Amino acid sequence: MIALYVVIAIVVILLIIFVATYNGLVRLRNQLKNAWAQIDVQLKRRYDLIPNLMETVKGYMKHERETLEAVTKARNVAQQAASSGAGERAKAEGELTSALARLLVVVERYPDLKANQNFLALQEELTSTENKISFSRQYYNDSVLKYNNQTQMFPSNIVASMTGFRAGEFFEVTAAEERKAPKVSFT
Amino acid sequence: MWEHIRSNRIRSVILVVGIGILLLLVGYFLGLYFFNSGTGGLIIALIIWAVLNLVAYFQGDNILLTLSQARKISRDDYPRLYNIVEEMKIASGLDKMPDIYIIDDLALNAFATGRDSNKTAVAITSGLLQKLNRDELQGVIGHEMAHIKNRDVLLMTMCSVLLGTIVILAWYGSRFMFFSGTTRTRRDSSSGGGLGQLVIFIVAIVLMILAPIMAQLIYFAISRRREYLADASSALYTRYPEGLASALEKLAASTSQLKSANQATAPMYIINPLHKKGMSASDLTSTHPPTSERIRILRSMSGASFIDYDRAYQQVYRTRKNLIPASAATSTGVVSLRAARLEAVEEEPNELQRARHTSDLLWRFNNFKTITCDCGTKLRVPPKFKESTIKCPHCGRIHTV
Repeated sequence: MIALYVVIAIVVILLIIFVATYNGLVRLRNQLKNAWAQIDVQLKRRYDLIPNLMETVKGYMKHERETLEAVTKARNVAQQAASSGAGERAKAEGELTSALARLLVVVERYPDLKANQNFLALQEELTSTENKISFSRQYYNDSVLKYNNQTQMFPSNIVASMTGFRAGEFFEVTAAEERKAPKVSFT
Repeated sequence: MWEHIRSNRIRSVILVVGIGILLLLVGYFLGLYFFNSGTGGLIIALIIWAVLNLVAYFQGDNILLTLSQARKISRDDYPRLYNIVEEMKIASGLDKMPDIYIIDDLALNAFATGRDSNKTAVAITSGLLQKLNRDELQGVIGHEMAHIKNRDVLLMTMCSVLLGTIVILAWYGSRFMFFSGTTRTRRDSSSGGGLGQLVIFIVAIVLMILAPIMAQLIYFAISRRREYLADASSALYTRYPEGLASALEKLAASTSQLKSANQATAPMYIINPLHKKGMSASDLTSTHPPTSERIRILRSMSGASFIDYDRAYQQVYRTRKNLIPASAATSTGVVSLRAARLEAVEEEPNELQRARHTSDLLWRFNNFKTITCDCGTKLRVPPKFKESTIKCPHCGRIHTV
């Protein structure tokens, strides 16, 4: 009789641990999805800002057609990559980031443009959107790390493999230009 | 990343319970002394505590914001500040955007309020808005976000309510005791309860003197620990401890004192608003750790994770004590620092431009209209101005109001 009670108690305890671990994993996965959605919002914001920026800049920068075209092209490529996985997308967004950085370096040569109120407001928005992208990416990657740890470490990995939690993909920046600060020569 | 909230909550709960027990002791012995019934004293203590709690719960943030004469701003009032707060909101993973308030004061300070994550606010002084660049402002806002994220505001409110109740009880208790002391002892000695009464009398006196001091020391200890944690979290959010470090440097160097702060609201601010220059703040009666030490810890961080902050803390204080619980420290992997940004490339407004933006904002708050003349002069038209046109004093052009 006592043996039966002990077995029942152990089963109940195991069940409670199982449910708690499962709920913890679900919470982490939701946080991950949420973080991903946040990146998405900011990337879309950047797509929307670029046409405005181009309109404002075009009149001043007549000799920089290549730089401007590079930005527009990178934007379109990135927008098309929006439906693919994190790795693919990060690559396209990295290209866009570096194309924009090149544009903002070139802006230095146009003092008239730098005095334009409209441009200054746009630039603040763009700078902030870049920051928001990198902060949301940072939060997303932290969430992925935490989630992956949970799905791979004992004992929660047993629950994870039983209920089909798969490891998340990091959002890494692949464009080499972004990792080092741009070199500027003031001549 | 956020496990540290849980393990810290346990530690904080123990400290809060400590203050709570002090309160109960004071109530019990005062009751025993005055009406020979400890329970009566307990009930009175709990009633006072409950009333103060209700006030703090429903009015706490409003009181603080009203006391400091903070004005709420929207996105269009100051896009840069709004953006920075939003950036930090994203970095901290907070669900909802806090309200942003500006305090019209040249002192450099900031605070956060909000007992739960639905209704939160950060307030910063206009002086801060002028003096700090983007990285520094990010550090400061990150620190305030951490207070919100770690639920520090709720904790500090609970503590200060307990503390306030103890202070009230002790104050009134001591007044009544000295007022009615002589008649009581005479009657008691005649009824024969001499020794027991004396013990109660002594315990009550000792508690009345010591309890407020002890409660305050616990309060300050919690507050200091929370400041370190908020610094560590800010470094983690921004990946750039130097930003907060150089902001703290500017804050510490500033000599103007915040007009609207007092002892009770002091722990809410990023640096102690009542801090006098030249005073050593490393004693037990300070709500904040010494700013110079905070800067040194931030500057000696080799990465941006909690482990790095902990190591820097141990290095600066030459101790082996852990500031951050091990469970939290190991949950973040290696977190590398972000490189410094080149301000020339970033096109950041310099201090003069920031000062102009801020003063534009403050004029607008006071219902002044701003007309920019073609000659570059800015005309501030007061709300009482009756005429329909105004002449530029500089070049003589006529503007319609």
